[in-house]
Amino acid sequence: MRDELYQQTILEHNRSPRNFKKLEGATHVAEGYNPLCGDHLWVYMKVNAGGIIEEAAFEGSGCAISKASASMMTMALKGKTIAEANLLFDEFHKLAIGELKPDQQPNHLGKLTVFSGIWQYPARVKCAVLSWHTMHGALEKTKTVSTE
Amino acid sequence: MTNPYMSTFNIQKLRQDFPNLNIRVHGKPLVYLDNAATTLKPRCVIDAMNAYYVTGVANVHRGVHYLSEQATAAFEYSRQVVRQFLHSAKVHEIIFTKGATESLNLIAQSYGRHFLKKGDEIIISHMEHHSNIVPWQMLCQQAGCVLKVIPINDRGEIIFEEYLKLLSDKTKLVSLVWVSNSLGTVNPVKAVIEAAHKQGAVVVIDAAQAVTHTPINVQELDCDFLVFSGHKVFGPTGVGVLYGKEKWLEAMPPYQGGGDMIKSVTFAGTTYNVLPYKFEAGTPAIAEVIGLRSALEFFQTIGWEGMKQHKEEILDHGTRTLLSIDGVRIIGTAKDKTSIISFVVDGIHPHDLGTLVDQEGVAIRTGHHCTQPVMQRFGIPATARASLAFYNTKEELDILAAAVKKAQAVFKQ
Repeated sequence: MRDELYQQTILEHNRSPRNFKKLEGATHVAEGYNPLCGDHLWVYMKVNAGGIIEEAAFEGSGCAISKASASMMTMALKGKTIAEANLLFDEFHKLAIGELKPDQQPNHLGKLTVFSGIWQYPARVKCAVLSWHTMHGALEKTKTVSTE
Repeated sequence: MTNPYMSTFNIQKLRQDFPNLNIRVHGKPLVYLDNAATTLKPRCVIDAMNAYYVTGVANVHRGVHYLSEQATAAFEYSRQVVRQFLHSAKVHEIIFTKGATESLNLIAQSYGRHFLKKGDEIIISHMEHHSNIVPWQMLCQQAGCVLKVIPINDRGEIIFEEYLKLLSDKTKLVSLVWVSNSLGTVNPVKAVIEAAHKQGAVVVIDAAQAVTHTPINVQELDCDFLVFSGHKVFGPTGVGVLYGKEKWLEAMPPYQGGGDMIKSVTFAGTTYNVLPYKFEAGTPAIAEVIGLRSALEFFQTIGWEGMKQHKEEILDHGTRTLLSIDGVRIIGTAKDKTSIISFVVDGIHPHDLGTLVDQEGVAIRTGHHCTQPVMQRFGIPATARASLAFYNTKEELDILAAAVKKAQAVFKQ
């Protein structure tokens, strides 16, 4: 039996996504698109002179998984350095493909471990990682990111 | 009360021919409603392909040994069965390809690049599958042709008057889907072909979804080309058909070079083989071609009348059952429609819906169905689609409806 995918936290973030807006004065922006399912979003970040992510936001449309993942990501990014954000990207990516077991390996994922069962739904992994790849692309200054 | 049409249509008996219907998914009996993507395979198709691999493996059109002769005979017999299925005048008008997509690319690259010139116009419709859009866009880039698109109305039907307005002496080719894979619309292909021919344009019919919907007679239709895929008519993947009028196929250059398509090869030059082999370079999908024969023979024993009535009943039942659920809207409400139900549910993205109904053992397709322009036309990113075959039942559609309600309950938590 697979783990339940649509947990309360995910449904709640889908219903009321946090930081769901265009961020004026963003220093880092990228567009993410999943041509297979039509998920389409923009990730915005405001990084200060000290390299700290002061604010993160997103807008766009997509399924509950992609929306909840983006919403929770923007919360997790706030106050992180770029290096910490990249580390979190790496951990979340490993979590989503089932390579990181949060109860066995040290990590910084916190509430994001709600996505720990998604690797059991291979067709949905790309929904969960879209905003993360987009965020990573924004930090790397890649304008458009596509997950397929 | 007995119904004379239903007397020969025994669904329980027919379902027994499909071993895949017996599997369980996530602990529930499989409800397979993704037949527009691919159909399940009856045992006779699997057996025919197995028999080739177990006792009959050989290449075709080459060896003089026993097995090669047997394989060649079986392969060419399949071509006869396809000819009879499409009612083409000549057996060499039947070309085996990888599928409908390759057939369309063959027409675009061979007929299109040979006959179409800069400024010539190609007409397609707004409801085409990407495989009937992209090959023509590629041709337009290569040859400088112009692509025109017949608009569709809110029911998902082509607007025929607009089609007539697009037709002109510049129109050289019209390529139209007979039955839409994402809307279920049945297009008036006969009238489209007649109007095109009056302007001297050739017509390509994409019959990928039509093969299971209606008997096909290419001579009566008078289409210039018609394509379909084996796997959408209960046959294997990897084999499809291109029908073309002899006069066009004769005049067209080969699509690919290689073995089997030549008469003789020297470094001074090569002469090409006769039809149909001119268009069948390389070793074909022999087992698949043999499997396709079995599929078509099986399918034709079912009987169109009983099947048609059953499919209309389950389409009607499925449509009414889904529409009785709050928040469900059906995309594609053409007057002439086949058993495809594309729908959206308020507040639930089709992908979430697809995952949730899958938990109940129900296989539907979610996404844009390779028809992104249709999604753009209706202003939606995607739909959920239940596409029904003759082996589906009203009970299975009730299970789908219950699964949709359950998904709604999850999202209302």
